[in-house]
Amino acid sequence: MLDSMNLITLALTPPLIAPFFIYLFRNNENLRDAVGVIGAFISFYATINITSGILNGTEYNLILLNIFNDLSLSFRVTPLGAVFGLLCSGLWILAAIYSIGYMRGNNEKKQTRFYVFYSLSIFGALCVAWSSNLLVLFIFYEFLTFATYPLVAHKETDESIKASRLYLGILVGSSLMLFLPAIIWVWYSVGTLNFTDGGILQNNFNPNHASVLLFLFVFGIGKAALMPLHWWLPAAMVAPTPVSALLHAVAVVKAGVFSILMIICYIFGTEFINSSGSGIFLIWASTITLFLSSIIAIRQDNLKARLAYSTVSQLSYIILGGAIATNYSVIASVSNIMMHGVGKITLFFCAGAIYVSAKITKISDLNGIGYKMPLTFIAFSFGALSIIGIPPFGGSWSKFYLLLGAAQLELTIIILILAISTLLNTYYLLDPVFRAFFMERSNDIKISHHPLTVMPAVCSALLVILLFFCVEPLLNLIYLIVGKI
Amino acid sequence: MIDFSVFQNSLPALQVVVPLLLAPVAVLVTIPFLSWLIALFGSIFCLYSSVSLFLLVSEFGKINYYMGGWLPPYGIEYIIDDASAFMIVLISLMGVFATVYAYQSFKSEINKKSQSKVYGMWLLALGGLLGLVTTGDAFNLFVFLEISSLSSVTLVALGSKNDKRALTAAFNYLLIGAVGATFYVIGVGLLYSITGTLNIADLTLKLSELTDNNSMKAGISFIIIGLMVKAAIFPLHIWLPSAYTFAPSAVAVLLTATATKAALYVLARILFTLLFNADEFTIIILQWVLLPASIVAIFFGTIRAVFEKNIRKLLAFSSLSQIGYITIGLTLGTASGVMASFIHIANHSMMKAALFMGVGAISIQLKKNIEVIDLQGLSRQMPITSSCITVVILSLLGIPLTIGFISKIYLLKAVFSHGNWPILFIIVLTSFLALGYAWKMIENIWMKEPVTTTINLKDDPKIYIPLIFLSIFNILFGIYAYPIVNAAFSASSAIFWKAV
Amino acid sequence: MIHGILGIWNYWIVIILMMTGLFIVISRHNLVKKMVGLTIFQTSVFLFYISLGKVQGGTAPILTGYKNTLYSNPLPHVLILTAIVVGVATTALGLALILRIKNEYGTIEENEIASFNTEENSK
Repeated sequence: MLDSMNLITLALTPPLIAPFFIYLFRNNENLRDAVGVIGAFISFYATINITSGILNGTEYNLILLNIFNDLSLSFRVTPLGAVFGLLCSGLWILAAIYSIGYMRGNNEKKQTRFYVFYSLSIFGALCVAWSSNLLVLFIFYEFLTFATYPLVAHKETDESIKASRLYLGILVGSSLMLFLPAIIWVWYSVGTLNFTDGGILQNNFNPNHASVLLFLFVFGIGKAALMPLHWWLPAAMVAPTPVSALLHAVAVVKAGVFSILMIICYIFGTEFINSSGSGIFLIWASTITLFLSSIIAIRQDNLKARLAYSTVSQLSYIILGGAIATNYSVIASVSNIMMHGVGKITLFFCAGAIYVSAKITKISDLNGIGYKMPLTFIAFSFGALSIIGIPPFGGSWSKFYLLLGAAQLELTIIILILAISTLLNTYYLLDPVFRAFFMERSNDIKISHHPLTVMPAVCSALLVILLFFCVEPLLNLIYLIVGKI
Repeated sequence: MIDFSVFQNSLPALQVVVPLLLAPVAVLVTIPFLSWLIALFGSIFCLYSSVSLFLLVSEFGKINYYMGGWLPPYGIEYIIDDASAFMIVLISLMGVFATVYAYQSFKSEINKKSQSKVYGMWLLALGGLLGLVTTGDAFNLFVFLEISSLSSVTLVALGSKNDKRALTAAFNYLLIGAVGATFYVIGVGLLYSITGTLNIADLTLKLSELTDNNSMKAGISFIIIGLMVKAAIFPLHIWLPSAYTFAPSAVAVLLTATATKAALYVLARILFTLLFNADEFTIIILQWVLLPASIVAIFFGTIRAVFEKNIRKLLAFSSLSQIGYITIGLTLGTASGVMASFIHIANHSMMKAALFMGVGAISIQLKKNIEVIDLQGLSRQMPITSSCITVVILSLLGIPLTIGFISKIYLLKAVFSHGNWPILFIIVLTSFLALGYAWKMIENIWMKEPVTTTINLKDDPKIYIPLIFLSIFNILFGIYAYPIVNAAFSASSAIFWKAV
Repeated sequence: MIHGILGIWNYWIVIILMMTGLFIVISRHNLVKKMVGLTIFQTSVFLFYISLGKVQGGTAPILTGYKNTLYSNPLPHVLILTAIVVGVATTALGLALILRIKNEYGTIEENEIASFNTEENSK
């Protein structure tokens, strides 16, 4: 059995050194693509071990070096971080396999560069997940932004360069202008940035300024795509689909909401949020975002764009849970990181599979295609149902807890909006499935199947069901954050 | 048999004298390669002596060296304390890198007949800058100021082989520099007229006894304006963009890494050592002269850089805004602000020197002043140079894990503890705007296909070796920041008497 | 009042020369004239230093052998010797540059050079 330091190293090393091997084997396609998958398995193995260790009460620390006198470049696995780490490394396996199918099926150029930065992005996300203080979190948050930039701009067309400029501009701009000053504010007022159970601001920070600080944080973390900082997400859709899957389901947006949850749970502390009343504006900001983006999603005809707005909406569910800051709502948020991650990656895998097989990007073009690629669309509907929150799919748990949380604080209007939003979700996510299976197609279409794109989608669809029945370990992990209910 | 301890004891003088003495030798040798070797030897000797002085100072404290054994306030005194040791290490380190780089640059960028003479000027510039930061005598400081600027003017003018505009750039530099230096002399004269001394330490003592003296105020104002010219602080920066643009690449590297930095250091010395007792007046200078100037410089430099097509000019405008960050640290008037300035002085030297090297590597091959479009597809042709440039650009943007981030963190923290919100906002806003000009380069390097002009570019080991070192420094000290941060801390406490 | 102004007449000369020099540097287009202006500007500073060294009733600072002799202050003179050397070097360098500019551009008028340069920029 490896000790705690080595386990973290074991999990972080594969995505960090995989790029070297990928570059080394750049002339041998099979070997190069295998590197990513092998790395993903090693990393996942270590993460599973860490997570089970966390459940048994083990502490996981890795201190690399001191950056400043009182701050170190170090990692510590919090239960929240364990959830996110598990999501990243687990879905990396599926995404690595899927991107092989996608990239080859599409004959994309510069594949080596693609795999190098894909792997680096996972590294960044894992480091964010296990960061031990805000500064480390910020460092790898920025690292993640820059590591995903070449992926977003991958096609090198004018459109993708413009989109990646927007992507970088919003993410870097918000983090430099709001996130960094907020961090320094905390550092200056409290003297430490370490993530501590129950938060560090209580008694150290003027409660009247807490709203401003929280404002700086949530809007500084542009990755969480809270309106009006959500523009980059639909724009980034020009990227190849495996990247969209990575951006939306695994690394980037989840790193954003994860950071917000970390800040709420370990910097502010849920008690401080409630006692200072700083969460109120956030409740409304996230509610408005989740509602508006659902409405916008309905009007999108491009499948990936619709999924993007669905992501914006789902992220706000997570932020809302954090903002309400009761035990139930935090459970809802943390579990939704996992549930939405798995559900959304299924949807993106399917969208990519449809594109590779039939070159279709528009929803209105999907009519009658379901019988030609049944597996893909069944997987799609599983993912969609999970995100909507219908049992027996994983997502229903998080929706259930979120409603409980809102009910606990008697936020009637919020509950009403959540209900309406769920209806909208149902419409816009099941619409493609409905068209594919129940509407006639006017022209015939040629389908070329790529098993490597369909297989991961089916796997993650099965995972969605599994998550409904085996939610116990996940909930146990979350109880470590909020206390047993 | 040379007594080693004598040698060791005269290091403060030798590190200035040796490059100055080697300069005529380098000119007389007439074989470019040998001259280069002499220059390299000179710069390495400076590095050796400055590092050993730095170690001595950090162990035993301040060193006062009396030129020719004459005691101050009559003789000329050289002072090596934590702050000047910091600066000489920085200058001589960058000097070594620039000298290594210079051979290829001069070989292709200047006329054949000047090839060995140029190293004479090179050594004079280096020696002058080292003298500038170590001397403890106000008038001696003027002499070094002139030695370094006259030689840099000559160096800039040598860029006329590729572009004749180098001549007018050099002439403007000369004219503005001479006016600035004369302003400095007037200021020194005024101070001398009321104190009767030129020794800076003695001057400090005598000035502290005077209160509300108009001659003193006028003198200090003249001195500060003179130094602002040399340090290229807005609006006295006009010589800088064209000088950096048209000079030979190696000269741009040397100037950006050392010349303006030395002047900034002297400015900090004047502001916080000489003026440490004249509180109200200092605050007026800081708050009403330097602060607005640096804010405008930051905005002006950044915005001009965003719209600039010529890369060297773009970098020059970026330097202008970065100098603004350094002076903002000074204007806070706190020890942590001065410390942030010192960190950024060192870090900005390393970033900009590396960037000018990388850009120079291209212009050396294309034999012209390159524009942003000439970077297209560079990642294919020159992967090593491109990677280095990218790393340094990220550092310039202040991305975590680079030295730029360290600078930014300390500057923001200093501003924060000062409680000055608008400045904080300006810093973060402009560092975001910097993305505009920096990303232009990265996009062209990595996301575009090569064009006909750039298709034949190649990586050249002789050029990229110093570049690689500097890029590694950019990351290394961004992660392991202790050496620079600690040195800057002791430097700032040496300068900032109030802190002690 | 008048006595006060005239009593420091050396400073007035210095200031007039200084302003004249600076004005020439800024206003003239001819580069040689700019150098002339710069030299006048620097000379005014030399005068300033030298007049500082004058002690009322003092004699040249050469040892006379008598006690209680009042000497003028020699230090500013020595300083200005250095400054003159620097000034000569500056002038020489400036004139050398002007020669080169004349060769390359065919003119030493600043506005004409500037129009050459803007053409070059727009190319």
